[in-house]
Amino acid sequence: MSEQLPMLSPAATAPKVDKLPTVRLDRLPLLLLPALALAALPLVGSVSTWVTLTFAGLAMGMIIFIMASGLTLVFGLMDVFNFGHGVFITLGAFLAVSVLTSMPTWTESERLSVNLLALAPALLVAMALTGGLGFIFERTLIRPVYGQPLKQIMITMGGMIVGQELIKVAWGPQALPLPLPAAFRGSLVMGEAAVEKYRLIAVALGLLVFAAMSWVLGRTKIGLLIRAGVQDREMVESLGYRIRRLFVGVFVAGSALAGLGGVMWGLYQQTVSPTIGAEVNVLLFIVIIIGGLGSVGGCFIGALLVGLVGNYAGFLAPKVALFSDILLMVAVLSWRPQGLYPVVKR
Amino acid sequence: MTTPLLQLEGVHTHIGAYHILHGVDLEVPRGELTVLLGRNGAGKTTTLRTIMGLWRASSGRIRFQGEDIGACPTPEIALRGIASVPENMGIFSDLTVCENMVLAARAARRAQDLDPKRLDWIFGLFPALRRFWQHPAGLLSGGQKQMLAVARAIIEPRHLMLVDEPSKGLAPAIIQNLIAAFRELKQTDTTILLVEQNFNFARQLGDRVAVMDGGRIVHAGAMADLAEDEALQHKLLGLSLASHQ
Repeated sequence: MSEQLPMLSPAATAPKVDKLPTVRLDRLPLLLLPALALAALPLVGSVSTWVTLTFAGLAMGMIIFIMASGLTLVFGLMDVFNFGHGVFITLGAFLAVSVLTSMPTWTESERLSVNLLALAPALLVAMALTGGLGFIFERTLIRPVYGQPLKQIMITMGGMIVGQELIKVAWGPQALPLPLPAAFRGSLVMGEAAVEKYRLIAVALGLLVFAAMSWVLGRTKIGLLIRAGVQDREMVESLGYRIRRLFVGVFVAGSALAGLGGVMWGLYQQTVSPTIGAEVNVLLFIVIIIGGLGSVGGCFIGALLVGLVGNYAGFLAPKVALFSDILLMVAVLSWRPQGLYPVVKR
Repeated sequence: MTTPLLQLEGVHTHIGAYHILHGVDLEVPRGELTVLLGRNGAGKTTTLRTIMGLWRASSGRIRFQGEDIGACPTPEIALRGIASVPENMGIFSDLTVCENMVLAARAARRAQDLDPKRLDWIFGLFPALRRFWQHPAGLLSGGQKQMLAVARAIIEPRHLMLVDEPSKGLAPAIIQNLIAAFRELKQTDTTILLVEQNFNFARQLGDRVAVMDGGRIVHAGAMADLAEDEALQHKLLGLSLASHQ
């Protein structure tokens, strides 16, 4: 298809060029986080308690983000509501139980580096197996119901119930303890404030996942395709890319992230039950709705908001904490009905 | 006689319960610009979408370079060398102009991989794209988005371009710029199938013309013949060129 490029005619070289509107980053949702934290300070009263609560909220938010990030991309790319997402979280948590309890000398060591070396295979095994399960889940359950939202809800919820029962067959119906590795236990005391060590690890891992996702989405061609596909998948196909393959990749990655989140959530709860994923599923949907369906940045802010509000409410008004996530969602959607960072779709 | 680059034979398309195309027969000769004219609802856009595989023909044959592409998925049709500029332009508004172009160039992983000679040529056709290279495409004006949509289709050499109503909603000055750009493209021997309702725009560019009505081709021939025949224009389009000038 080689061709000779013609010389330009004067008519083609002299169009009228207008100015563009200035590019402005929408900072308001970002400002919600410090605004919320500062608003909570006088209510909490004690600075040290406030620091503890804020760190706990951020850590919880980071783990929620890890679990929810795949869910928002899956919806954004193919309009698939995966109500079975929780089964990957449950599987990840149970795999963490199996891997970590099989390495008692590593997890009971007082050295942080040895504990991290024990955590690494737990994370890797959980991600590999939940990613593999995600591949099977997409092939067998999601693929036949593309474009049929009601059937998607029914079949993915059914898939989660079957998955939970299979987990009971493998690990038993009872809740299993998942103690933190020795060096993760306890707190770092800064002045009068105590910050749990494990929460610091969760914040670091959450930031790492967010940075990695931002790099992939912003700096790689695969990321470009995902962002473009979220907006207009028909046009992506018209450019010659197979969006279904891309979707399978995103679904597998999202499932693996849910598995990773499951390990972290299990360690956060320190007890793992077969319903751990189902219990957190609704919270994940609240987060991705708050963030704007399909938006990774929105999901990140939404997860941190949910984590902070949950912790502040738990301290200030424990009864309100039971429905604080719903209140937060109502407040955000009253302000921005499409979520914090709505994704423009065609 | 040479084989047409694209050939539709008795193509029927249903969308849900609606029967939109009723046996479309169309030939698009190599190296020429064929205009598909017709009123709203005549089936022009459906024809382009059916060629692109975005809607499946329920019967009939679509041959491209002699091969039947009727059952091919859209990405494969694109990879065979057919580029599409849809009516809504299909711009990825959250991506920059540069990122839109990188996506359109399948072999490129980043902006540095784009063919600089070809990019210069495109910047010559549409200078606004150079100026707003790193801006989100969603901020471009309607005319600039149309330029980007065309630029994406030509960032790599293609055998055939399907262009759906490029002049729709654009100011006359921008339309003249697009006409100039399409004239340049014609010099590269790119084959173009252009859907238009603006007869004046179509007349200035078309080598061949096909007129659709009720999901069928009701006239096909040289554009020059239709442009000179006011009675035929009245009969086919309900207009005369004089009323559009």
